[in-house]
Amino acid sequence: MAKILAVDDSASMRQMVTYTLKQQGYEVTEAVDGTDALTKAKAGGFDLVITDVNMPKMDGITLVRELRGLPAFKFTPILLLTTESAPEKKQEGKAAGATGWLVKPFDPDQLVNTIKKVVR
Amino acid sequence: MSVDLSQFLQTFFEESFEGLDTMESGLLELDPAQPDAETLNNVFRAAHSIKGGAGTFGLSAVSDFTHRMETLLDRLRDGKQAVTPDAVNVLLSAVDCLRGMLAAIQNDQALDADAISTAQRQLDEQLGQVPAGDAVPAPPQGAGGGHTAGPEGTPPRGSGPGGGGGGWWIRFEPQPHLFATGNDPRRLFQALQDLGELEVEADPSGLPPFEQLDPETCQLAWTLRLHADVDEAAVREVFEWVEDDARLEIRPLGAAGTEPAPVAEAGSAVASADEPPAPGGGAAPAAGDGRKPAARRGNAGGGGNSSSIRVDTEKIDALIDMVGELVITQSMLSQIGKEFTAERLEELQDGLAQLERNTRELQENVMRIRMVPISFAYSRLPRIVHDTSRALGKVVEFQMEGEQTELDKTVMEKIIDPLVHLVRNSVDHGIEAPEERAAAGKPETGTITIEAYHKGGNIIIEIADDGRGINRDKLLAKARSAGLVEDGSELPDEQIYDLIFHPGLSTHDQATEYSGRGVGMDVVKRNVRSLSGNISVRSSHGQGTTITISLPLTLSILDGQLFRVGDQTYIVPLVSVIESLQVDAGKVSRVTGRGEVYHWREGYVPIVRLHELFDTEPVRRELGGGLMVIVEDEETYLGVFVDDLLDQQQVVIKSLEANYLQVPGIAGATILGDGTVALILDIAGLIEMSRGGRRQPYIPEREDSDEAA
Repeated sequence: MAKILAVDDSASMRQMVTYTLKQQGYEVTEAVDGTDALTKAKAGGFDLVITDVNMPKMDGITLVRELRGLPAFKFTPILLLTTESAPEKKQEGKAAGATGWLVKPFDPDQLVNTIKKVVR
Repeated sequence: MSVDLSQFLQTFFEESFEGLDTMESGLLELDPAQPDAETLNNVFRAAHSIKGGAGTFGLSAVSDFTHRMETLLDRLRDGKQAVTPDAVNVLLSAVDCLRGMLAAIQNDQALDADAISTAQRQLDEQLGQVPAGDAVPAPPQGAGGGHTAGPEGTPPRGSGPGGGGGGWWIRFEPQPHLFATGNDPRRLFQALQDLGELEVEADPSGLPPFEQLDPETCQLAWTLRLHADVDEAAVREVFEWVEDDARLEIRPLGAAGTEPAPVAEAGSAVASADEPPAPGGGAAPAAGDGRKPAARRGNAGGGGNSSSIRVDTEKIDALIDMVGELVITQSMLSQIGKEFTAERLEELQDGLAQLERNTRELQENVMRIRMVPISFAYSRLPRIVHDTSRALGKVVEFQMEGEQTELDKTVMEKIIDPLVHLVRNSVDHGIEAPEERAAAGKPETGTITIEAYHKGGNIIIEIADDGRGINRDKLLAKARSAGLVEDGSELPDEQIYDLIFHPGLSTHDQATEYSGRGVGMDVVKRNVRSLSGNISVRSSHGQGTTITISLPLTLSILDGQLFRVGDQTYIVPLVSVIESLQVDAGKVSRVTGRGEVYHWREGYVPIVRLHELFDTEPVRRELGGGLMVIVEDEETYLGVFVDDLLDQQQVVIKSLEANYLQVPGIAGATILGDGTVALILDIAGLIEMSRGGRRQPYIPEREDSDEAA
């Protein structure tokens, strides 16, 4: 089953994402911000990264840019969790190399449906 | 699929309260003249997270409210609106309001609609949406009941003009950089396949000559025929992420040229809105399995009040290490036990010694789990200083040191209120008004410092101000007029200052300033004492006051000295034991009405005979030649007459009050290795009791001693 790196500075969101995805049988690694995610990503082996945008230390968009610079993540799907209050982040994220986005607030079903678009 | 979102609420509440603390301290730090971008950003991010979580977990009232804060913060952050003291204060009130909302929801209580609409109006005024004093915007709907609407309405399925029962003809010409965003046409096609039968035809006409082929760019185009009874929006949604990176054309099948629509004949031409979702739960969310209300709040995690603690993984790793060693020791011991011979005695003893070490280390590490940095208790203080000094027109710089000093979580939670009181006191009574300070040749800005550090088995917290200090003579005069101190008797300074903790002596002439406060210094002292701590005060008139609180690191384990009286074992905290000695009968004096005192070092200490106090049968009644333990509490000494001294050991404190009832002079009980119960003495209580028989309410020990001599 696909390995997913879930990045969010909010513990409750991480819990929700991890719980939902694990229930679907995915293997999930959590990271608390962009820096943490980058370190974990370098260890490698992820089929998908799903990241919050607004985070301390390193934001999600910078993370996307950094990940795209790593050979192992050149074509890996990366999804951004954006909010409706910041639609411009979608385009900014796309420009940085994000595959797609999921708009917060979302519920577990939407999350799973979105994930299924990129990992099988 | 169903996921019960309420299971994440407890975490959401915890992180939201933390976020609110971050917002509060950030806002307090903000200097309107030169707002720090990073600080503003942190405050914004905290609001943003709370809003996002509230939306996700179905607390719409919270997310609506936080949305306003976020909008204002965003404007301040982008420089679209100036950071004014007013804006900061409105945001601080909003933080309070939001904290109240979350607490209410957590505890399943009603929201305070008035407070919320007031805070919202203030925010709206800042946002310029409502002119000052104008109509109040509609109060939020119920307590986080409904859900905020989904981000974009889920498109209805299978309806709409042209919604081809016949399917769709799709032309997809991605730009070469499509792969660089991690998008893969194959996945798009699979998503389409989930909607129905799909024919894929690649168009290689854009491919360069073989030697110029670049596997990392997308140079193909596709023509697709989707035979599915879905509407155009569902098809477009599949391409949602790549629309900007491709030329996309979607037309109903049959109308699009060469090919007739084969499924049109299959008799499924009539689209219906309640069509069951496509198999495999395709890319488009079906109307039927859209968002479910997640608001099952209040009973999160089996009771909103369940307290949890965040533990460093490092601490847990250490624990796992310890347990590993314990397991090794255990297997070694059981090995010895299986084939035990007298020759292996030494091995057994080594094993037991190792077990003891393992157990002690394990215990220490388990205790460390409960230890949290004191910064948590500090967090409310800057706000207190800010608000109080503002209200009183004082200028105060507040410094916090030793934030990482750790102490037991329970101790921490209980020390917060006393700290708040003391810091507020320092602003209120300690720091003078700017004019007064200037007149006294001091800088107009007063300084209050709180510092925490470890000392021995205790944590020391000091709150120091450079204010006017305590007026010693006035305090003494008041104590005399209240009958607390005898006329004519002199007290050392430290005991005079100590009088501020006396219940009958809250500085009455300042009652107005205290008003509405509810607690006095005597309550602070009682709180500290209930944590087995001490509080003392040093002051220098005109130069400032320092309050020192000393607290045990933990409340549940005690290093004890065991001793025996009759058939009972008692324990005193080792930190209280100053000395154990053999009583020299010549140094015992009797003082009328005061009982026995013992000449020790340069003074006299009262002697307590536990067998008299607790009405038990001792082995020995004769003081001379017997054993006495000198114990101390707050620099007051007491001689405890005992039959025999036993071991020193760590004991786990069990509450006597919870299991039996409170007994004066007893702090608790413990169960010893042999299963018997031993009482733990409350030294402070014993000292009070030894004073109890006296007529004068407050005469220092040293004076007693002098009289006795």
